[in-house]
Amino acid sequence: MERSLTLIALFAALVAALGLIAPITMGFGVPITAQSMGIMLCGTILGAKRGGLAALLFVGLVALGLPLLAGGRGGLGMFATGSAGYLVGYVLGAYVTGLVMENLRSLPIGPAAGVAAVTGGLIVVHLCGVLGFMIVLDLDLRQAIVTDSAFIPGDFIKAVIAAIITAGIARARPASLLSRA
Amino acid sequence: MISLTSPVKTRAHGWPAGAKLAALCVATLVLFAVQPLAPHLLFCLLMLALYALPGRQFLRTGLGRLRVLWPFIVVVVVWHWVIGDAVAGLQIALRMITAVGLANLVTMTTRLSDMMGVVRVLCAPLRWFGIKTKAIELAIALVVRFTPVLVDKGQVLSQAWRARATKRVGWRIVLPFAVLAIDDAEHVAEALRARGGL
Repeated sequence: MERSLTLIALFAALVAALGLIAPITMGFGVPITAQSMGIMLCGTILGAKRGGLAALLFVGLVALGLPLLAGGRGGLGMFATGSAGYLVGYVLGAYVTGLVMENLRSLPIGPAAGVAAVTGGLIVVHLCGVLGFMIVLDLDLRQAIVTDSAFIPGDFIKAVIAAIITAGIARARPASLLSRA
Repeated sequence: MISLTSPVKTRAHGWPAGAKLAALCVATLVLFAVQPLAPHLLFCLLMLALYALPGRQFLRTGLGRLRVLWPFIVVVVVWHWVIGDAVAGLQIALRMITAVGLANLVTMTTRLSDMMGVVRVLCAPLRWFGIKTKAIELAIALVVRFTPVLVDKGQVLSQAWRARATKRVGWRIVLPFAVLAIDDAEHVAEALRARGGL
């Protein structure tokens, strides 16, 4: 119980910290914020329930007024911007990532984490993002998908990196990989 | 931990947080129900007037926080202009600016402790199902405490990277960073158990 609680809280803090430290440079020189990768890691490492709760805790604290989003943004206002769909998608995405991870026990950890991160952290998060665009910005489906698609290549790379990192965690701290416990 | 609450004290700081949140819900519902452009222009001006009431510094901070909206405004206006409905684009952009402005107003005038009070009330029904709501409060306190700790550790990691490598800080740094967070979590869990647990 204590361990679940502290891992959930520390992963929420990790997601926040990934957005607040200086952007990380990708292989070809494009700086990215690693926040959405943190959401994928919540699912691949903590599993569905705990990963989803970690993401919920993070998004909830943004709503309570802490500046935890990349670039120090936050507050209730974020839920009225076009980003609202992605914020809701973070919670659902972390949960689905964990769910896929838990159900792919037959695959080695790295590939399973990759599939999980793409399903939850990419597909689910972006579906919620598209819905958010349609509701808040009143775009039609095609416009929303075109706008959203600008972020898909970056997030795909993040999913691959999340898989590599999950495999690394499995070697460094195997006992803490709750998605496979 | 830095918060988004305004250091400029306003009368609204003293109002109950639950009432402010309820008012925000009603205002947002109204904003989404009203269609024509003219009332949205009026709502937006009223929202700006609310920011101007506590003085210039408050207004400047508030307007600064609305700057994050410009990419969305561009997207909305351009997409609606493309399909030949520029007026609708303006109306939706105004609606979003007003809704975000009002929500930020609640955030700027409500302390974290007051927000926590609302969370406590809203979580009360969960206790009927045997969920320990104290754990939620502890988890929130842990995130507030450990986010700056992890930011510091991340900065130390990237300094160590820069001291050894000629390349810029890359994604590989996230692995030791996550390991640090996991180790912290295990230590805190042990410390909690040693003190009697949850």
